[in-house]
Amino acid sequence: MDYTVLILLLPFLSFILLGLLGTKLKPVVAGVAGTAVTGIVAVLCYATAWMYFSAGRDASGVFPQVIAWNSEWLPFGGNLHIDLGFMLDPISVMMLVVISTVSLMVHIYSFGYMKGERGFQRYYAFLSLFTMSMLGLVVATNIFQMYIFWELVGVSSYLLIGFYYTRKEAIAASKKAFIVTRFADLGFLVGILIYGFYTGSFSFTPDSAVMGAARTMLPLALGLMFIGGAGKSAMFPLHIWLPDAMEGPTPVSALIHAATMVVAGVYLVARMFPLFIGYAPEVLHITAYVGAFTALYAAVVACVQSDIKRVLAFSTISQIGFMIVALGVCTSADPHEGGLGYMASMFHLFTHAMFKALLFLGAGCIIHAVHSNEMSAMGGLRKYMPVTHVTFLVACLAIAGIWPLSGFFSKDEILAACFRFSPVMGGIMTFIAGLTAFYMFRLYYCIFWGKENKELHAEHTPHEAPKSMTFPLMFLAVVTLVAGFIPFGHFVSSDGRAYDIHIDSDVAALSLCIAVAGILIATWMYLREDRKVADSLATKFSGLHKAAYHRFYIDEIYQFITHRIIFACISTPIAWFDRHVVDGFMNMLATVTQKSSWGIRQMQSGYIQRYCIWFLGGALGLVVLLLVI
Amino acid sequence: MIQMEFYLVVSTIMMFVGIYGFLTRRNLLAMLISVELILNSVDINFAVFNRFLFPGELEGFFFSLFAIGISAAETAVAIAIIINIYRNMKNIQVKNLRDMKW
Amino acid sequence: MNILSLFPAIPLIMMLGLWVSRNTRQIHAVMVTGASALLVLAVWLVLHYLGLRAGGAEGEMLLTDSFMWYAPLNIHYSVGVDGISVAMLLLSAIIVFTGTFASWQMKTDVKEFFMWFCLLSVGVFGFFISIDLFTMFMFYEVALIPMYLLIGVWGSGRKEYSAMKLTLMLMGGSALLLIGILGIYFGSGATTMNILEIAQMHNIPMNLQRIWFPIIFIGFGVLGALFPFHTWSPDGHASAPTAVSMLHAGVLMKLGGYGCFRVAMYLLPEAAQELSWIFIILTTISVVYGAFSACVQTDLKYINAYSSVSHCGLVLFAILMMNATAATGAVLQMLSHGLMTALFFALIGMIYGRTHTRDIRELSGLMRIMPFLSVCYVIAGLANLGLPGLSGFVAEMTIFNGAFMNNDTFHRVVTIIACTSIVITAVYILRLIGKILYGTCTNPEHLKLTDATWDEKLAVVVLIIAIAGLGLAPMWMSDMIHGSVTSVIANILN
Repeated sequence: MDYTVLILLLPFLSFILLGLLGTKLKPVVAGVAGTAVTGIVAVLCYATAWMYFSAGRDASGVFPQVIAWNSEWLPFGGNLHIDLGFMLDPISVMMLVVISTVSLMVHIYSFGYMKGERGFQRYYAFLSLFTMSMLGLVVATNIFQMYIFWELVGVSSYLLIGFYYTRKEAIAASKKAFIVTRFADLGFLVGILIYGFYTGSFSFTPDSAVMGAARTMLPLALGLMFIGGAGKSAMFPLHIWLPDAMEGPTPVSALIHAATMVVAGVYLVARMFPLFIGYAPEVLHITAYVGAFTALYAAVVACVQSDIKRVLAFSTISQIGFMIVALGVCTSADPHEGGLGYMASMFHLFTHAMFKALLFLGAGCIIHAVHSNEMSAMGGLRKYMPVTHVTFLVACLAIAGIWPLSGFFSKDEILAACFRFSPVMGGIMTFIAGLTAFYMFRLYYCIFWGKENKELHAEHTPHEAPKSMTFPLMFLAVVTLVAGFIPFGHFVSSDGRAYDIHIDSDVAALSLCIAVAGILIATWMYLREDRKVADSLATKFSGLHKAAYHRFYIDEIYQFITHRIIFACISTPIAWFDRHVVDGFMNMLATVTQKSSWGIRQMQSGYIQRYCIWFLGGALGLVVLLLVI
Repeated sequence: MIQMEFYLVVSTIMMFVGIYGFLTRRNLLAMLISVELILNSVDINFAVFNRFLFPGELEGFFFSLFAIGISAAETAVAIAIIINIYRNMKNIQVKNLRDMKW
Repeated sequence: MNILSLFPAIPLIMMLGLWVSRNTRQIHAVMVTGASALLVLAVWLVLHYLGLRAGGAEGEMLLTDSFMWYAPLNIHYSVGVDGISVAMLLLSAIIVFTGTFASWQMKTDVKEFFMWFCLLSVGVFGFFISIDLFTMFMFYEVALIPMYLLIGVWGSGRKEYSAMKLTLMLMGGSALLLIGILGIYFGSGATTMNILEIAQMHNIPMNLQRIWFPIIFIGFGVLGALFPFHTWSPDGHASAPTAVSMLHAGVLMKLGGYGCFRVAMYLLPEAAQELSWIFIILTTISVVYGAFSACVQTDLKYINAYSSVSHCGLVLFAILMMNATAATGAVLQMLSHGLMTALFFALIGMIYGRTHTRDIRELSGLMRIMPFLSVCYVIAGLANLGLPGLSGFVAEMTIFNGAFMNNDTFHRVVTIIACTSIVITAVYILRLIGKILYGTCTNPEHLKLTDATWDEKLAVVVLIIAIAGLGLAPMWMSDMIHGSVTSVIANILN
């Protein structure tokens, strides 16, 4: 399996090449090169997946973990060393497929979307960098390799969010995204340090013989790692960077901030799942509560946002919350006993990546057509953009969880796992699923139905996007339509054995009902041109509406902390202290020396008579001294 | 016969009068005269010690003669300097001669 | 003649060459020839050293040589290298090479400037190859003095004040050093100043060690920007001309860390173990304090100077952790910081040379105007905040891992505090990049500015290649350093 090295190497080379040549290349050439490389990588990934799964299970009925290659990159002395390698197991293979597919679609889509943009070559270079780092992350053979690529995806996300670097908002958003995730990564790093010290390696499967002392520290280490994951996966309260990250080009939002990078945290928890279950189930449950709260919070906020990308961003946060919850509610490694959530989470990750990418790409087409992110500029677009409309509707139905679309199957499994954990959790998650249906259809109606912004559209008639943009939409829509029927449990499950997905009819009925209810309410409120109900509700609960619209002021709190506390109360005083106290002390030493030397200099008056007096006095003093002694 | 101590008392008085004058007078000429007093007191001592302690030898007298010669030369130089200073600055008060310091 | 003696000899020959050269062209020719020779020599030395080790060469120091030059005190000119000094020599050669190109546009008194610059290099190279305490000290002084003139004459801003401050503080440090060195010499009852021999004898009484260790550590620490003796750094760097800033922050500050390790820790191991906690606290403060201070500065060079305080603090921090991993990390950090900070100062110098301001409030949108320099600035920034694939990450991770190997609460807590610096670093670096490179240019004067010239590009590209090389393939360097560090650490621990 040595060819797998190409999966990482090709995008890297493409990044270097496009980055170095830059504007010397024609935009088209750069785009084609980037896309071709991604295409080859995608083919390699599919081949890898095909070979891996067709190689079959080992004697104990699981797909074996295959390390395609592994080499020591940085030794730390002792047993510790960072390796770079390529590990294949069901979830990494699944991620390979997801990443390469979405990445390829985004590459193709960007041809149309970014056409004529300044920095087209740079854009493709960054996309390649991102693809390389994300692929490296998922195939990591050890936790440190994961951290390395984790940082790299962070930086490529930073670069891509700040792609329009002349726009103030983009600069601020990119900075915020990087710093918030960096802050979370601090937790990850410390977690890794603890993990490495106590287990004596960075491997995902530490030797159980050395787990004696590690047993007590492992929950802490895993908890800290989860902080890192929470940062990337935008869990409350570290989610604040994600909505702002929408300042980046829309295809980037689709790739990084919807389908791949933001699920890195989920992937991390899944990767460490055996350790979580074995040594720290309570930490795992904490993650479930964090995930549930985040899902609820984000869903509520999504209901009132007016920027379509923001709505999708909060919907992403909410859906990632679902995945985390699904992992968190696992109580054992056996899917029949309470390990169902693992499979459900991965399944949802898979389906969500497809339909959320589809939603974002669709949103991209809409923005491309009306040149605005605000819902007020839209309305009634179904006439102008039929393809976008249909595919968007498919994705909306999928995320709302309507049979037979993919979202239904994965969400159903998650809810079943939640109900198995506790009915309360199940109830809450079902309610959030209803909210999801509501806000997605609010979005859908506001874009494609409702009142048309005639003045704006007269000025600039919306039109369907070019083929390069609609093709990815149709492809992803097809995937969304059929993905639900993949026997996902046969490939991925918590104990590695094949697991047959069966629809829990009670849960399915309940979730379907609530989804339909959500859609109906949205239809009732937003289908018509005047939105009396919605408006009156907004005025009636104006406090709540305003708070939700401002995302419950979490951003303002952060703003307060960073500007008022860190900058004003720590950095400025420290800088002052440095200049005035520490440096002042040094200057004082110099001043004192100068002053005293001035004082001594005064004795050298130049008056010979005064010298004589000193001389005489000294001589007499010495005589007296000699006489006394 | 006049004893040695009488000479010595006179020379000591001369010596201290000279020192006092050197330290207190601010006029260059007065200071020069004070220095001469000190030198002369030393000359007397040389002569006296030679006369009373080592009669028959001549080193002390010679030394006195040397000192007289040198002091004459020194006085000549000093007076020349003082006159030059006076020509340049119209003043021979030590206090006012700070320009020499720099 | 020993091959190592070429390192200080070449700059001396360069000085001669400069003395006789008549115009800028000849001066440049001399400098480029000499600096390239040094670079080639340093690269060759690395390969040769690795070859010798691979060939099974034993001994702590290789290529040793020694001859007496002052018999009454038994002072020898003894040279020798191990993995640490080889790495440092390579670093110095790279910085001298790139510094030459970074000061290509220098107009006033070019000849004198480069002569002092060469003298500075003599001191630096001599310091790293010496294994005799006194000779080492002598070269240390040789490296310090030219700094005064280089800043005082060719600097900018409050140059006289800064030059005086820098020189006085470093001289204060070296006074402590001299006392300390004599203390070691007489304390050990030795008849030699050779570091290896003193370490072998290992017989300085504990009560003396307790006195000399802090003195020597602080003496070198002043140069290594140890809190609270770092305040020469912001002023000094801000006033120094570009190449001098590069050499000073890139190499001279490393003399501090190197000296602390080679002299203070190596020769006074017991006291080092007993008293390390005080200095660990000080260095932890340096690390965090420097980073926080950098957040609110408005002068590009000040930001970088404080960032250097933070990163060099990490070097001393790692040394004090007293295990081979952390010490390897410290040397890697010296390398990495040297390269990064030289790159930063070079770029700042180039930007300043065009815009005539270093105030970040007056700069914006440079990315459009000078894309090459701006992209390099972003790369330097990313290296500084520890992006994997660039050198900073390798060094920092090795340090943190090493530091974490000390299994007690005190070390753990300070390690975690030091780790927070990576977040704060991100804050100030991104703030800087966002302010000056991104956005739209508001000053119409700046729109006319041009991008880098070939000499500037060469300097910057060499540094970036070095940074990326160390970041992408750290294992050779790490192995080489680790091998040498282990024996030093073993000496400290038993």
